[in-house]
Amino acid sequence: MSLVIKTFFLGLLAALLSVAQAEGLTIEITKGSQTAVPIAIVPFAQQGSVGNVKLTDVISSDLAGSGFFKTLPEEDMLTQPSEPEKINFRDWQVLGQDYMVIGQVLGNGGSFNIQFHLFNVHNGQLLMGYKLTVGGNELRRAAHHISDLIYEKLTGRKGAFNTRIAYVTSAARGGGKQYMLQVADADGYNPRTIAESPEPIMAPAWSPDGAKIAYVSFHTKRSEIFVQTLATGQRQSVSSYPGINGAPAFSPDGSRLAITLSKDGSPDIYVLNLSNRNLTRLTSGLSIDTEPSWSADGGTIVFTSDQGGKPQLYTIPSSGGKATRLTFQGDYNARGRFSADGRSLAMVNGNGGRYRIAVMDMASRTVNVLSEGNLDESPSFAPNGSMILFAANKGGRSVLSVVSTDGAMQQKLDFQSGGVREPAWAP
Amino acid sequence: MKLNKTHLVLAMMAVLATGCSSTDEEGSLADGSQSGADASTSGYNDGSMAGSQFGSGNGYNSGSGSNLGPEFSDPNNPLSKQVIYFELDSSQIKQEYVPVVAAHAQYLASHPNQHVILSGHADERGSSEYNIALGEQRAKSVERMMRSQGVTGGQLEIVSYGEEKPAVSGSGESAWQMNRRVEVGYQ
Repeated sequence: MSLVIKTFFLGLLAALLSVAQAEGLTIEITKGSQTAVPIAIVPFAQQGSVGNVKLTDVISSDLAGSGFFKTLPEEDMLTQPSEPEKINFRDWQVLGQDYMVIGQVLGNGGSFNIQFHLFNVHNGQLLMGYKLTVGGNELRRAAHHISDLIYEKLTGRKGAFNTRIAYVTSAARGGGKQYMLQVADADGYNPRTIAESPEPIMAPAWSPDGAKIAYVSFHTKRSEIFVQTLATGQRQSVSSYPGINGAPAFSPDGSRLAITLSKDGSPDIYVLNLSNRNLTRLTSGLSIDTEPSWSADGGTIVFTSDQGGKPQLYTIPSSGGKATRLTFQGDYNARGRFSADGRSLAMVNGNGGRYRIAVMDMASRTVNVLSEGNLDESPSFAPNGSMILFAANKGGRSVLSVVSTDGAMQQKLDFQSGGVREPAWAP
Repeated sequence: MKLNKTHLVLAMMAVLATGCSSTDEEGSLADGSQSGADASTSGYNDGSMAGSQFGSGNGYNSGSGSNLGPEFSDPNNPLSKQVIYFELDSSQIKQEYVPVVAAHAQYLASHPNQHVILSGHADERGSSEYNIALGEQRAKSVERMMRSQGVTGGQLEIVSYGEEKPAVSGSGESAWQMNRRVEVGYQ
């Protein structure tokens, strides 16, 4: 490879990195929980070169953002011990803490040795001790992993900090727009563009194994559904019928996509077999039927239909059959999404001109409105069901928001450049 | 050496992914610590991804037809209006736009080689895929009216962008009413 090309590569790489840094991502907790458990994440002692990621900042941000924890500000700490024998638990009891985490990071020329301890402050009991070794660019991931371990230990539920999200950004470019489908860590860091186009990209949906994303692209000035493998970037067109090709959703076994097509008249729900491309039509009639989503067992599909006049959610057996109306509260209920355990259904609930994220408890059929915006849409559950990611509107610009499933906590992921919509939380 | 975009992106991702070694967790450390934690050693190796860029080469041109006659730029001629606006959650053509659709239908019926794309749009409220459906219904309303006035199916193509391509950005009825629309795009 010539020197010129090499230089070009390096220049491009530098440009790419500076874009990632200049992304201007801010995470703002807009509503905190009253019942959050106080926990002190003491800054880890550092030896050697430990890079520019401060582990405890990431862990604190994860835990506080979950709504279950309230983290102690660093400046309020009387001491900052990093070894168990140096802890004076009374200091931390006085500060009203229930739990505390201490640790050490050892930079080891390209890799890092991290160890941490979790204590119950009230009785001094060691709840967890852990040691891990990670590569040079994995510190944020390691921090999310530690957050997961602490979260699971203290709440009994699996954490979802070490997961990814997909979303679509749009920004002005050259008199037009540029749409980018990106995948990032669940806290918005490490964004990578996996597809971009001057025409809209919509509706990213993860395969159950997290290896592929289905999405809609308008780059031919018609809608078309693609399935793209993340590791290779290889994409395949799977649906390009006349009219709408929209709203893809992978079946729980990954073998089929539920999609919306209007090739036979009005928009209807179809199931596309990905291996032989056979289509099974599930709905018919003059109504709008769209936004399919599978139940965890794959037996049921929930979808939006205006067959009763206004958009409401209906269910239908995924093998075909009779549709049953599911929602009755509010004049607009759309885009249903089941939680992984199937117990809850998130949706867009419109009432009196406000569109907010609501969740239905499937056993009791009670609906709780969770979000507080006017133009909230595209809800997507965290894989552990504890949070819902959605698109909101802030001063005319679209941003991503996260709300805890009990509504107690809400935070905003704000990408300063352009709009960001259509979020999808990876499994 | 000839570089194309895919190679470039792959190469960049390869550079970015370098150093993504696997993780090694040694489980619990000290007395009293739990040993049951799932210290997965699969590593964080899903970091390598490759992207792809769509060109815009194989689409239609969306130019408003420079070869159209002067009647299209005469503000007193209904042909100069190439956007039809709709009420909230409605795909019914309002009375004031019936002469506009009729004028385009008449022109198309007498120019059977002329093609148009009817692109349907919605305002930002509600769910994005539902708005795709709503935009298509609006475009189909215009199509039906044109077909009933002698335009052949081959002259018309429909696409719905839902809320994805607002004509006016911002929130509030003044923007929304400009975004609930069908654009008649002469090709």
